[in-house]
This record gives sequence, structure tokens and C-alpha cells, in this order.
Amino acid sequence: MTGRWRSIAGTVAWRHLHNFLSNPALLFPSLIFPLFFFIAFAGGLSALGEAPSFDYPDYTTFQYVFVAIQSAAFGGVFTGFALAADIESGFVRRMMLAAPHRSAIIGGYALAALTRAMLVLTIVTVVGLVSGMQVAGGVADVLGLLLLAVLANLAATLFAAGVALRLRSVQASPLMQMPVFLVLFTAPVWTPRDLLAGWVRAVAEVNPATALLEAGRGFMAGHPESAALAFGSGLALLALFALWARGGMRRAEAAGG
Amino acid sequence: MNAPSVLTQVGHLARRSITRTLRQPALIVPGLAFPLFLLAINSGGLDAATDLPGFPTPSYVTFALAITFVQAAIFATNIAGTNLAEDIRTGFLDRLALTPMRGVALLSGQLAGVLALGVFQGIVYIAIGLAAGVTIEAGVGGAVVMIALSVTIAGAFGAIGLLAALRTGSGEAVQGLFPLMFALLFLSALSLPLELIEHEWFRTIATYNPVTYLLQGLRSLLIFGWQAGPLLEAFAIAAGAFGLAITASAVALRRRLVRT
Repeated sequence: MTGRWRSIAGTVAWRHLHNFLSNPALLFPSLIFPLFFFIAFAGGLSALGEAPSFDYPDYTTFQYVFVAIQSAAFGGVFTGFALAADIESGFVRRMMLAAPHRSAIIGGYALAALTRAMLVLTIVTVVGLVSGMQVAGGVADVLGLLLLAVLANLAATLFAAGVALRLRSVQASPLMQMPVFLVLFTAPVWTPRDLLAGWVRAVAEVNPATALLEAGRGFMAGHPESAALAFGSGLALLALFALWARGGMRRAEAAGG
Repeated sequence: MNAPSVLTQVGHLARRSITRTLRQPALIVPGLAFPLFLLAINSGGLDAATDLPGFPTPSYVTFALAITFVQAAIFATNIAGTNLAEDIRTGFLDRLALTPMRGVALLSGQLAGVLALGVFQGIVYIAIGLAAGVTIEAGVGGAVVMIALSVTIAGAFGAIGLLAALRTGSGEAVQGLFPLMFALLFLSALSLPLELIEHEWFRTIATYNPVTYLLQGLRSLLIFGWQAGPLLEAFAIAAGAFGLAITASAVALRRRLVRT
């Protein structure tokens, strides 16, 4: 990674973050939606923690992990929307003319997505702790969850970037959002996997988001489980979507940005 | 030449509204598909709730079917509001103001599309629910009343969409109501009965949230059969919201026509 690469990525990221932080229409939904999910799920469904066979110690923590992974992933998706808008406005075309390393453009958006996700995650964590969330894991466990959120964020960013670069329109937003939404909500969102029923159970068994959520919840409970599977799944998704985004960049280059 | 009667005016505008709504799959499909998708996920993901002591039915899909009706009604806000905002933007409303058309005809006619869609959605949801194993405790008559209630709820939310369009004249502003409506839904007795919500603050919000009573009205027919209390509450809230929103819309329409 050369200094020039870092400079381009840093510039793209700074511009995106400046737009994000100075535009309430972009900032507030990103902050409010994860908080809202956290409040609605942890507040409204906490009785599920009393269901027979629900073996997790604290329902607020159970939901916090979902919201952490979900907000990280959606931080990536929303950054994909911004990339699509920048392609439509011609900004990416100008960047392509100026940047010798075009992967740095994607790198910049990924850096911005990660910063956005960390900001949201910080706020959700503060709200969780204030509302009495129990953290039985140590510093290393919490860092483990954080790393899983980073993987979810980067994978979602690269997925959304691949879609944005191929379709080059904001109208492609549902195609970035819906698959991520489907993957997240067919994982064990409200109860552990053993308590799911029907087709959702079958999908959750093979859903990579299941591994991320179960490992994250294990970290927060202080007894990590299936961490290797979670990190392996996260890294595999990252590699897959890096190729997907690179292919998208080539398509965009061929189309003239 | 005499002006056409109010009923004739409503008829013309209603036909236009229904045709226009049916010609916009981008507006119809999300309102139909999204609630079904959430029903499918909730029925598997929240099935464990039926093991909680006091949960009123052993079938979560029966409990959750009521949610689809209210979710679909929320989309009515968008559909009715966006269509009217488009009429304001294109100048159609200004041109109507030059005719002898009555305000009540305009508002009623504009809602016809979402009301017709409400009937269609209600039939589809009941059919899919029955196919998924839902039993309607109140029987066939209960299914008919469910559709009637869902249309009343769609009318109420549609009228709120009209009000937003008339007050702002902006389709984007109408779309901006969607997250608010979504929040109203999620802060109700959406996924669990009111008495099973553990957190006091959440139960308080849900108790004061009118959406809770709309859900309870629909659920009463599905789970318990004929219960006058929940049904009357649901119809009263839906009709009351409709009355308030349509009255406020009439005032907003008068002001908008004076301005233009």
C-alpha cells in the first residue's frame, strides 16, 4: 500500500465522512435506526429470555450483539448508496481520471464505512451500558466482537460497492439493502438457533450471519464459542466480496465510470 | 349547466385513484410483499414466544397475521400521500380548483385507491394465513370483519398521508413519514401481547400507542372469536384517526386552494 494509495483513500473517506456528518438527512437515520431496533427488540421482547431453553444470561446483551453486527453491516450498505450517488453525479468518473490506483477509491469508501460503523457502534454501546446491559466477557472478548463487526462492515461495504459499480445508479439501492437485510433477519435474531422453527431454522443453519451472531454473543457472555467458524466465515465473505467489488470496478472502468 | 353531484365527482376521482394505484406496481408490491416477508420470518423466529406462560395461542403465525394488516395500512400513508403530492406538483390540483369540484369529493376520491388495495391485501393475507395453518376463531364472518377493519385502518393511514401531502406539497416529506409510522408499529404490542411485555417503560408506551389496539382488535377475531371490547376499540380508534385526519386534510385543502 503506497503513500499515494493512502492519500487517495484518505481523501475519498474524508469527503464522504464530511458529507455524512454535515447532512442530518444522512446522519440521523444511520444513528436512529440501530438505536430504534435495539430499543424495540431489547425492550419489547425481553420476555423471550424467560422462554424454556433460552439459555443466554441477559436479553439486552443478546440483542446488543445483533444490533452491533446489523448496524455495522448497514453502515457498509449505506456507504454503497453514497458510492452509487457519486457515480451518478460524475464524481467517481473524475476520481478515476485522477487516481492511478483505482482500488484506493473503494478503499476510501470502505474506510469511511468503517468510521461510520464505529461511531454508531459507540453510541449503541453507550445506550446498552446505560440500560443495564451485562458484559461478562473481558477486554479480549469485547475486542473479538468488535472485530466481527468490522468484518461484517467491510464485507457489506464491498458487496454494496460491487452492486453500485455494476449498476451505477441510486435506483440499485434496494439490491444492496435487501440481500443484507435477508441474511441478517434469517439468522437467530430474537432467540438462539435451537428455538427457531420452520424454514427460518433451516436457513439459519447455513447462514454465515448465524456464526457471527453466535460467536459475538459468546464473547459478550464470557465463554466464546464457534469463534473460529465466525472469523473464517467473515474472512471468506470479505475475500468473496473483494473479488466482487474488483469485478465491479472493472465493469465501471469499461463503461467509462 | 348544473355541476355534477358530489357522488358523481367522487366516482370520477375514485376511478382515477384506483386505476392509478393499480398501475403503479412499485407502490403496490412493497406494501403487499414486505408484510408477508416479515410474517414468514417472525413466525419462525419468534415461535418460542408461544411457550411463554400466558401466550394466548400455540400458533405464532396466527398471532402475527394481524401485524400484516397494520403494516400494509402503513404503506397506505405513502401511496395516498405520494399520489396527492404528485397531483400538487404537476398542477392537477390547481386545475381541479377551477372546476366546481367539492373538497370532500377530492379527498374521498383520492382515498379510493388505497381502500380498494386494502380489500385486496386483506383477502390475500387471509388466504395466505389459512394456507400457513392459521385458524380464524370467529369464522368466515370474522374474516369479513377483519377485512372491514383493515380497510378502515388503511383509510385512516391514507388520510394521514393526504394531510401530509396537503400540508407540505412534497412527496419526499410524505415518504419521510414512513419511519415515523414504522416506529409507531414497533413500539406497540407488535410481537408479544401487552401483558407479556416485561419492561415497564415499554409497556407504558405500548399501552398509550393506538396501534396496540388496532392489533388487538384483529387478533381478537383470530384467536378468541367474537369479543366486543377489542373490536369496538379498534374500530373506534381507526375511525377516530380517519375522522381527525380527513377533517385536518379538508382544512389544509381549503388553505392550499386559497394560496394557489
